[in-house]
Amino acid sequence: MSVGYEDVDRLIRSYAAVIADQKDYLTQLDSAIGDADHGINMNRGMQAALAKLDGQAPGDVGALFKAVGMTLVSTVGGAGGPLYGTLFLQLGMATAGKEVIESADWAAALSAAVAGVQARGKAEPEDKTMVDALIPARDAYEAALGDGATFADALRRSAAAAEEGMKATIPLVARKGRASYLGERSAGHQDPGATSSWLLVKTVADTWAGD
Amino acid sequence: MKKLINDPQNVVREELQGIELAHPDLVRVSYDPSFIVRADAPVQGKVALVSGGGSGHEPMHGGFVGLGMLDAACPGEVFTSPTPDQMDAATKAVNGGAGVIHLVKNYTGDVMNFEMAAELCRSEGVEVESVLVDDDVAVQDSLYTAGRRGVGTTVLMEKIGGAAAEERRPLKEVADVCREVNANGRSMGMALTSCTVPAAGKPTFDIGEEEMEIGIGIHGEPGWERMPLKPASEIVEMMATAVADDLPFKQGDNVIAFVNGMGGTPLIELYVVFNELARFLDGRGITIARNLIGSYITSLEMAGCSITLLKASDDLLRLWDAPVKTAGLRWGV
Repeated sequence: MSVGYEDVDRLIRSYAAVIADQKDYLTQLDSAIGDADHGINMNRGMQAALAKLDGQAPGDVGALFKAVGMTLVSTVGGAGGPLYGTLFLQLGMATAGKEVIESADWAAALSAAVAGVQARGKAEPEDKTMVDALIPARDAYEAALGDGATFADALRRSAAAAEEGMKATIPLVARKGRASYLGERSAGHQDPGATSSWLLVKTVADTWAGD
Repeated sequence: MKKLINDPQNVVREELQGIELAHPDLVRVSYDPSFIVRADAPVQGKVALVSGGGSGHEPMHGGFVGLGMLDAACPGEVFTSPTPDQMDAATKAVNGGAGVIHLVKNYTGDVMNFEMAAELCRSEGVEVESVLVDDDVAVQDSLYTAGRRGVGTTVLMEKIGGAAAEERRPLKEVADVCREVNANGRSMGMALTSCTVPAAGKPTFDIGEEEMEIGIGIHGEPGWERMPLKPASEIVEMMATAVADDLPFKQGDNVIAFVNGMGGTPLIELYVVFNELARFLDGRGITIARNLIGSYITSLEMAGCSITLLKASDDLLRLWDAPVKTAGLRWGV
């Protein structure tokens, strides 16, 4: 299996649909420990990204990711804008000029994306952020490739690890972002950023490794 | 949800259109990306002050654009940071060649977006200094949080920093004046009711008829402690003690005392609060050199107030008294 421009285009459309579908859920998670706008902001950004897809010249996968990143930076706002913008920009830079991405390319892209998000947000594992879904996703993906798994199988294991990481944010006390102001009161709630990140990793697996 | 709006999606844009129509003598409004600049921008040779943040805190920041205060304001969606493209365009629109200061309230989103904007501006040769506001004593400033939130002191910083820029002080000095304001300003807020973000459609938090939230943020973020409602005297005592003990403010200090309404509290109650605050400060031998009472940094329709104290040197007081002509604050002109 390899991933071409059409597949990345499908991924963006699917993620936009998933975010639109989960908008209220993400906002509800955010209202418990944040400022009740995560789903609304992500949906605005992904709808704007959708509008960009049709104007995009087919071929260069990196350019497509980069266009999505730039759109998110300028439309999402909040912390999600710079963080998801950086994530997609890094995916784009790691795949610049490629028409097809193989399993090893995706490992490099995921790794660059996670590093970019950490550099921008300065979050460490267990700070109760996006990173708590993304780092397990990256590590599980790399471990799966190391075990000789197929591209598709590695994506599925990546998504499963992201889901576990997301659920593991529930008991955590937030140390970054607005939720950190709640201190102990932030425990017992699932992190909205980790949730939208799991949805992304899951959509990658569903779109590229689906049946 | 009961609001005087048309479509929740268009609230910010329609507000900007209203501002543009109401104050053509003071400001110009740009759309896509959206920002407000003073009508005579860029002012050549003057350091420019740019601020911004989520909407819903009106009159801050757009209502503070004009002579003696901000050169530009970037409005985000309600309670959502604006984006780097807005800040980048606003910075360039007001740059009069003496450099630009970004006044940034300490929220994760605002900080990251302003950081990206400052990187963009600097890469194109625009001199940018960033000053952070983090004055909320309800939040522990520790390694384990995102740090203290920027609240009431922001208004005082925009006024005082704006006056310093108007005097044609250089970039570094204006930034230092702003940092002096942040270093000497402390605030705390409280809420009686919640607020409803138009796009969310329901109250951000639930609070009982007999309850209040002490240490509330300006976005309806839960605060320090939920407790039964008390008389104003006890509420002010609790808040003012936390504020005064933090700096700490000492006997003989001169302060600017700012009693701010959260959006849904009438002026009659704010004066009751000011009366209690004046009594409290008098008891501690702290002199109120200047005061500001009204709703200037709000949280939509939330009922409640915040108290800000700024320990003010003679220089800060003189800058406070300097002329200002904006939609939200106006004197001496």
